[in-house]
Amino acid sequence: MTPPVDTLRLTAEEANDLLRRGEVSSDELLDAYRAAIDARDGELHAFLTLVDDPAGAGIPIALKDVISTKGVRTTAGSRILESYVPVFDSTVAARCKARGLRVLGKTNTDEFAMGSSTENSAFGPSRNPWDPARVPGGSGGGSAAAVSAGMAPWALGSDTGGSVKLPSAFCGNVGLRPTYGTVSRYGIVAFASSLDQVGPVAKTVRDCALLYSVISGRDENDSTTVDVPEVELPEDGDLRGVRIGLPRQLNEVEGIEPGVKAAVGAAVRAAEELGASVDTCELPLSVDYGLPCYYLIAPAEASANLARYDGVRYGLRSPGETFGEMVMATRHDGFGDEVKRRIMLGTYALSSGYYDAYYGTAQKVRTVIKREHDALFERFDVLVSPTCATTAFPVGAKAQDPLAMYLTDVLTIPSNMAGLPGLSIPCGLSDGLPVGLQLVGPQFAENTLFRVGHALERAIGFDYVPERLR
Amino acid sequence: MAIERDEVLHVARLARLELTDDEVSRFQEQLSAILEAVSKVSELDLADVPPTAHPLEIANAWAEDVPRPCLTLDEAFANAPDRRDDHFGSPPA
Repeated sequence: MTPPVDTLRLTAEEANDLLRRGEVSSDELLDAYRAAIDARDGELHAFLTLVDDPAGAGIPIALKDVISTKGVRTTAGSRILESYVPVFDSTVAARCKARGLRVLGKTNTDEFAMGSSTENSAFGPSRNPWDPARVPGGSGGGSAAAVSAGMAPWALGSDTGGSVKLPSAFCGNVGLRPTYGTVSRYGIVAFASSLDQVGPVAKTVRDCALLYSVISGRDENDSTTVDVPEVELPEDGDLRGVRIGLPRQLNEVEGIEPGVKAAVGAAVRAAEELGASVDTCELPLSVDYGLPCYYLIAPAEASANLARYDGVRYGLRSPGETFGEMVMATRHDGFGDEVKRRIMLGTYALSSGYYDAYYGTAQKVRTVIKREHDALFERFDVLVSPTCATTAFPVGAKAQDPLAMYLTDVLTIPSNMAGLPGLSIPCGLSDGLPVGLQLVGPQFAENTLFRVGHALERAIGFDYVPERLR
Repeated sequence: MAIERDEVLHVARLARLELTDDEVSRFQEQLSAILEAVSKVSELDLADVPPTAHPLEIANAWAEDVPRPCLTLDEAFANAPDRRDDHFGSPPA
């Protein structure tokens, strides 16, 4: 008799334990998650592709569809890659498979990971398991929705401006954007190469740390990777000796919802009760100038990275009389509106006569942002703020206003520009929707984030199963 | 900061993007609004600030110069829209 597996509640660590003790088989686990997908994904649309009978003897995992998987379609949420089937595995997919993890499927994303709601996917939006009338956040809304709705024990996303942290916040998950350079980008569909970083999405901080230990580390196929400190799974304990900074500009950002402020405030008090010291601090320029800086640098890099989609070597090809006409028609038909906007913006920022004023200036602002954060880490171990000023917004609410959508990421972007690790953990509900708490540390301080995140998670006692599915 | 219709067309040409008339109008309006917002970076005095292109301070990353297995021809052409023997086909330039 198979023991019932409650995929909504089961953590990856618990699933692993069941498997190790022989109480459940790998196939039974896989079947349980497939059943959850059958039951819920019609409504939520977290998956773009499901894998039949994936190899491996371990527990399942879902991968965002910007992560190349050998023999399994990888679309990046774009028409231009609708039929693209990679002939090699990304390093992160290979590392997951080497540990026995079975790839359940590929999850929905804003096209080329450009967006904050998953509404920019060429294959239709994903929905938030807490309220299907709302977005799951983006760009990795599919991975977050899959974990939250018990359709995968854990998942991988990718984070350029907040695409792991934001959906994790909106769906009540734990999500890590790792320090730049700790996780290989080999085989990841490129968006902005100096910012892109793959990260785990999970139900608990320990699961998140475990999955980070699987995917991180130097990779000879990505020369921007470095050696990574050994991952320490957080154990129960207090926060004595931990110095927490509350950057005023992040915590008092314009438009912050009262419910978000209240939940973050309660988490900060919990940290104090656990023995942490807490003090407010300032990021005078990073918040105001972070978003403009990001929206010059990321599109500039994207415009260069996406030049490869020319209808010649792989991907969509549209008819054209000449080579030039074919390329222009292919890119017109294959890219959606947001991708075109960012390519245009990036091309403009890099074009003759504007390069210094836009791209060059933004690179200097990036230095300013990095220095401001460096200075704070002389006094603090962790910076704490909301992950987003609001909870998940209704589908369609920002779809017609690109600038309003960009502002969703105003709190996640500054630390990303500085290459810093950020962990989003759920810290309560506001009007029935999850609130994300963002913990940012200095480069390579993932273990500190896990320790603080784990202690707070226990103190807060957030129930990660969406209320309507309990 | 408004950008002109001609500039939109110029940038689209640089980016090898064919745009419909409707897209040109829409992007002109949206890009003007976005450029106005991002132009905020010019408010700061950055005279003595060096640029950051990369968040880590790594100068060079060397690898041993040894051959490794690579894709076979069939793998390399597996996703090609127009394979012609061992070449990628395209319309004439």
